[in-house]
Amino acid sequence: MSLADKDRIFTNLYGFQSWRVDAAMQRGDWDNTKDLLALGQDKIIDVIKASGLRGRGGAGFPTGTKWSFMPKEPKPDRPNFLVINADESEPGSCKDREIMRHDPHKLIEGALVAGFAMRARAAYIYIRGEYIREAEVLFAAVAEAYDRGLVGKNACGSGYDFDVFVHRGAGAYICGEETAMLESLEGKKGQPRLKPPFPAGAGLYGCPTTVNNVESIAVAPTILRRGAAWFSSFGNENNKGTKLFQISGHVEKPTVVEEAMSISFRELIEKHCGGIRGGWDNLLAVIPGGSSVPLVPAKDIIDCPMDFDGLKGVGSGLGTAAVIVMDKSTDVVRAISRISYFYKHESCGQCTPCREGTGWMWRVMERLRTGDAEIGEIDILQQVTKQVEGHSICALGDAAAWPIQGLIKHFRPELERRINERTGTTGSLAPMQEAAE
Amino acid sequence: MPKLKVDGTEVEVPQGATVLQACEAAGKEIPRFCYHERLSIAGNCRMCLVEVKPGPPKPQASCALPAADNQEVFTTTPMVKHAREGIMEFLLINHPLDCPICDQGGECDLQDQSVAYGRGRSRFAENKRAVTEKYMGPIVKTIMTRCIQCTRCVRFAEEVAGVEEIGAIYRGENMQITSYLEEAVTSELSGNVVDLCPVGALTSKPYAFEARPWELRKTLSIDVMDAVGTNIRLDARGRQVLRAVPRVNDDVNEEWATDKTRHAVDGLVRKRLDRPYVRRDGKLQPVTWDEAFATIAAVDHGGSVAAVAGDLVDCETMFAAKALLRELGDAKFEGRQTGMDYDTSSLAAVNFNTTIAGVEEADAILLVGTNLRWEAALVNTRVRKAIKRGAKVFAIGPETELTYQVEWLGDDLSILGDLPEAVTDAFGKAERPMVIVGGAALKGAHGAALGLANSLNLVRDGWNGFNVVHMAASRMGGLMLGYASKGGIADLHNAKLAFFLGADECDFTKFTGFKVFVGHHGDRGAHHADVILPGASYAEKSGTFVNLEGRVQRGERAGFPPGDAREDWAIFRALSDKLGKTLSFDTLEELRAAMALDCPDLATLGLKMFAWNPPSLGTTASGRIEGYPIKDFYLTNAICRASPTMQRCSAELIHGESFAEAAE
Repeated sequence: MSLADKDRIFTNLYGFQSWRVDAAMQRGDWDNTKDLLALGQDKIIDVIKASGLRGRGGAGFPTGTKWSFMPKEPKPDRPNFLVINADESEPGSCKDREIMRHDPHKLIEGALVAGFAMRARAAYIYIRGEYIREAEVLFAAVAEAYDRGLVGKNACGSGYDFDVFVHRGAGAYICGEETAMLESLEGKKGQPRLKPPFPAGAGLYGCPTTVNNVESIAVAPTILRRGAAWFSSFGNENNKGTKLFQISGHVEKPTVVEEAMSISFRELIEKHCGGIRGGWDNLLAVIPGGSSVPLVPAKDIIDCPMDFDGLKGVGSGLGTAAVIVMDKSTDVVRAISRISYFYKHESCGQCTPCREGTGWMWRVMERLRTGDAEIGEIDILQQVTKQVEGHSICALGDAAAWPIQGLIKHFRPELERRINERTGTTGSLAPMQEAAE
Repeated sequence: MPKLKVDGTEVEVPQGATVLQACEAAGKEIPRFCYHERLSIAGNCRMCLVEVKPGPPKPQASCALPAADNQEVFTTTPMVKHAREGIMEFLLINHPLDCPICDQGGECDLQDQSVAYGRGRSRFAENKRAVTEKYMGPIVKTIMTRCIQCTRCVRFAEEVAGVEEIGAIYRGENMQITSYLEEAVTSELSGNVVDLCPVGALTSKPYAFEARPWELRKTLSIDVMDAVGTNIRLDARGRQVLRAVPRVNDDVNEEWATDKTRHAVDGLVRKRLDRPYVRRDGKLQPVTWDEAFATIAAVDHGGSVAAVAGDLVDCETMFAAKALLRELGDAKFEGRQTGMDYDTSSLAAVNFNTTIAGVEEADAILLVGTNLRWEAALVNTRVRKAIKRGAKVFAIGPETELTYQVEWLGDDLSILGDLPEAVTDAFGKAERPMVIVGGAALKGAHGAALGLANSLNLVRDGWNGFNVVHMAASRMGGLMLGYASKGGIADLHNAKLAFFLGADECDFTKFTGFKVFVGHHGDRGAHHADVILPGASYAEKSGTFVNLEGRVQRGERAGFPPGDAREDWAIFRALSDKLGKTLSFDTLEELRAAMALDCPDLATLGLKMFAWNPPSLGTTASGRIEGYPIKDFYLTNAICRASPTMQRCSAELIHGESFAEAAE
């Protein structure tokens, strides 16, 4: 049941053709966009809702529903805004990059369609600072779209005025969090805002704003052209559509590929990546959705459907579908420790649990890596992750806690082995007792 | 009016209240570090987490969560307890254990809350973080390793003080609070960050290592450094006042105080007059009280007597002097030392009628000849608040930085008769317009400003938008007690016997008669005096003060004056005996009763409303405002001038000198 070529949305994912507007038009982009807009705002949102599209940035919030939160009659001094999150910084993720450098017009057309549907005055594309070539392509593509009258005043001849701005970030992971992105766009330090108020009520410059992932926006025009029923014909219930999977790590051929949702892990790897390096028996664990989701050991993942609910069922998540495959040559503790360092480095420092907790967790992880710890510290580490999780302003605290929780859950024997080897004892010590309070 | 349940107790809170406020209304204590009710909500310390239903299955920051109908809030569940313990542990892992040498010890939120909500022992086995100190000026001492990044100081500087000079740099666990380029914070309100800081990261530099809070005797008092009448608490050990901190009074100072209010107190032990002096052969010689009194009694004044009230004196002193001088003959009184002679026939015409708190409601404000930031810094913060609510501010006078956006109309006073369209438009649309007249305009434009009351329709139902800013704590009380002569201080120049009640700012060379200085500091007044009678400062006497809006307030005595110095009223009482004109009061209570008969408005504390019947004065004004009366914010009176802290502030913040910090 894998995806046929005719059903692919991203037809130039690998850059075999030009990204320029003429080539994009030959591939079907900007094809009578005016008619799509003529459907009307409510109809567009209805179609997106019916397609079952869930946000592709990681949280999986239904996209149509999100668009419907925007005010139906924006005031002239408080226009609606669409902000497109192209700050793709999650370790393992590289899908937005392929879209922006090979198929930028899909994104720009999607910006117009989505922006129109949510009655937005303009779209801001916030692109990751390190994406230099991608930003160049995007700037050029937006200029092309302006030249052709596709966006700007009277976009595509629809009578709707819509601007698209590209803004380059400065390389902070936290600016991929939607409210931190708004702060950054406003020229402030990228620190997440408190919610409520949600961006749909008070976002960019205090105006109603929707923040969407690049992929969520880029698929919208195709869904409108081919219909909600077509899109929802892929994937399991509640996990509809096609998705860009980014497989990295110990597979024969790492790749970015568009596949139907709910494809099994085994099929995804066999079909597109040439299998696991050293065969399936050599598979140790998989981080299925980018660095912030817990890892899943081999036996649980092999036949798991790759979608939001399927991966939730094995204690992880789809995230951005950045599948990081680790075979048995991996030092899994070191891998998670490195991820831990990443979150310590990228914590914005605003709120206490994340600011103090990420550094603590990383330092303990570094000691666990070499076994320079006591068995009881594994439990303390577990408790510290629980003290961080759910207590911070944004999800970075959770994201820092989950990989470690996954490691302790699935690889505790490995952690204990290292400690025992270093101390020369065998058998595990009793967990450290907490003093009675 | 949402109704919700807090731990089973139903409470109703105003619309827009937060869950934290609802919990307080229900009598539940919610620990917090970053939340401060006069600052914007940051929600970053996460100490105030509570469990809320309906809501996600994780604790919520109650400071940032709006209270809503049918919410159920739990503050004692295991989830909340664990959350608080966790946050407390995180805050402490990188906080130094230097409480024994920390000035915040004993009044530290982190100490108190870790006792109440913490776990009791640390599980953190790694090295602690250390952060380098940051220079923030002569008032604020920093020990940044103790900082818990609550950002209260950042928000205060930006929102209240109006100087965006404190901020956070770097991110994650490397985040540091610092002043811009590590230079002194150029705010006259910078000392407030010391009170705001919940830990010992920002402490008071002049007060460093002086005392522990439990050693201090606390006295409620009123500040005299400006005419705002900031409510303060004087903390003394032995007979020395070690610090002044603001008290909460929403009508006056909210909970702020200027740096001058806080730190001029170290001037109270310097350059004090502690014995009487008499000038003999051109030199001041120490004498006994009897000799000093005898010298005064020997003056042949022929009934030509006068009293000049200084800026810092209380009503009791002024009344005692007045009571005595009235007995001596044709007495003249004046408090406006710099020669002002504005009409005082109606107190409403020289009062801050809108009230300090009322400024926040104004929607159009015209400043005439006032550098409000220096003349009444805490009124200035109210103007900032009004601007946040949408008020438009215009100003006439030399341009200066007021910490907010002002449309300057030039320094020519004649513009008062022909205001630009932008002003008349804004005032035409305004529902609560106000004009604030400062000392620089009172001289030549009092009448013209009063004319605006009609032309701009400043006085309407329940609103009086005409305001005068005074700079002396004694001014309103003095005007109420009749310390004003028609021709100003020039009327007093030829008095045969002149008493100077702590007056240091007038031109003494113009006075031709015998000069008696009754005051506490050896400043300009004492240098010119023929007799010096040592008095008490505001910290050493119980005194009544009337602030610029006509609010009668009373401060209590925090200590005793040094040496032979006495309370001022008692000096006049004793002198009256020697002059054979014994005053009728023997105690402060009797004096106050007599004063109440003389001036009924001083009989009770609180805001006095003066009837609006302005005098009809000429409404034309001309001339330029050359400058504002205060040239140096930190050195406006004798106490400040004696204070090393204020001198350093002046040198560094006004005159741009730099000070090398000693390596530690």
